[in-house]
Amino acid sequence: MNLTFSTSRNNLYRGLSRSIPVCLGYFPIGFVYGVMAAGVGLNPLETTLMSILVFAGSAQFIAVGMIGEQLAVITIALTTFLVNLRHLLMSAALAPCLGHLSRLQQALFAYQLTDETFALHSLDFRKEEKPPAVRIITTNMAAHLCWVAGSLAGVWTGGLLTDLEMLGLDFTLAAMFIFLLVIQITTVKYILVVLLAMLISLLLFKYLGGHWYIIITTLLAATAGFFLENRRATAAERVKEQ
Amino acid sequence: MTYSTETILLLIVTMAGATYFSRLLPLLFLARCKLPITVERWLSHVPVAVLAALLGPALFLPKGEFTLELSRNPHFWAAIPTFAAAIYTRNMFITVLVGVAGTALIRFFLM
Repeated sequence: MNLTFSTSRNNLYRGLSRSIPVCLGYFPIGFVYGVMAAGVGLNPLETTLMSILVFAGSAQFIAVGMIGEQLAVITIALTTFLVNLRHLLMSAALAPCLGHLSRLQQALFAYQLTDETFALHSLDFRKEEKPPAVRIITTNMAAHLCWVAGSLAGVWTGGLLTDLEMLGLDFTLAAMFIFLLVIQITTVKYILVVLLAMLISLLLFKYLGGHWYIIITTLLAATAGFFLENRRATAAERVKEQ
Repeated sequence: MTYSTETILLLIVTMAGATYFSRLLPLLFLARCKLPITVERWLSHVPVAVLAALLGPALFLPKGEFTLELSRNPHFWAAIPTFAAAIYTRNMFITVLVGVAGTALIRFFLM
């Protein structure tokens, strides 16, 4: 009993320390979101509620922009759906590592699955058979809390900051994606996938428009990466046989 | 603005549902079964592909138009030291700081 208690406390601590890099990114980005939300007329309650219930950085930024343009609820909701369809793939990618969690824990984990928590966990899970539920959920909770706190701070001080662009804060989300991308590139084979995905995303964004480009690019680039890897693997086997 | 509080609440709840759907569905159906190794290998390419897809237009197509001109696309130029910071420090906070400061400096000197 004592042992389980100290293990779970240890996992709690490890989960918290693992969340620090994400929190340091989430607070300022949440802050920027809060400032932008205040700018289009959302009140602190609405702004924070969106961060609590939706918890999706890029979708929230896009939604705030669309609220500013006075678009219909259904348009904004559909865009959110399309932009976040990529989470289907992330959820599927992590699913095999989470079979030991209870249904409730899985449901909670899914609720807090973002690009950032995904990037962090997918790195950790490569080294682990059964990642402890307490640790991963603690990490997610702390990250979510920082996101909400940042949003709240942003919407409160929103009126004071008028020019986010002069401060460079419009680059925060992209900078975070750059970091997450760099730490994911653990082998050279991924560099090709990255370059290919960038090229495809540019073409689709430019000529297809809308928000389908994210999911289509991901499917195409991941498939290309998969086949390139397979070809290289079979070539290597052939060399070995000879 | 023209949205009522009810409309905003409806919007938030719909967005939450739309987001949770994608996050939950695969986990509920796939967690208990072992995926074939080919599927797992395909999925291992997803993280980098998603992030690159999100970054492409953000870095090369400001307002939907391709340009690398410093004044019209400061994000592209700020991305260069940002990538360097990510590679050498492996620290999210420093990376974001370099990117934000870089963007601010470019805008400051162009004014």
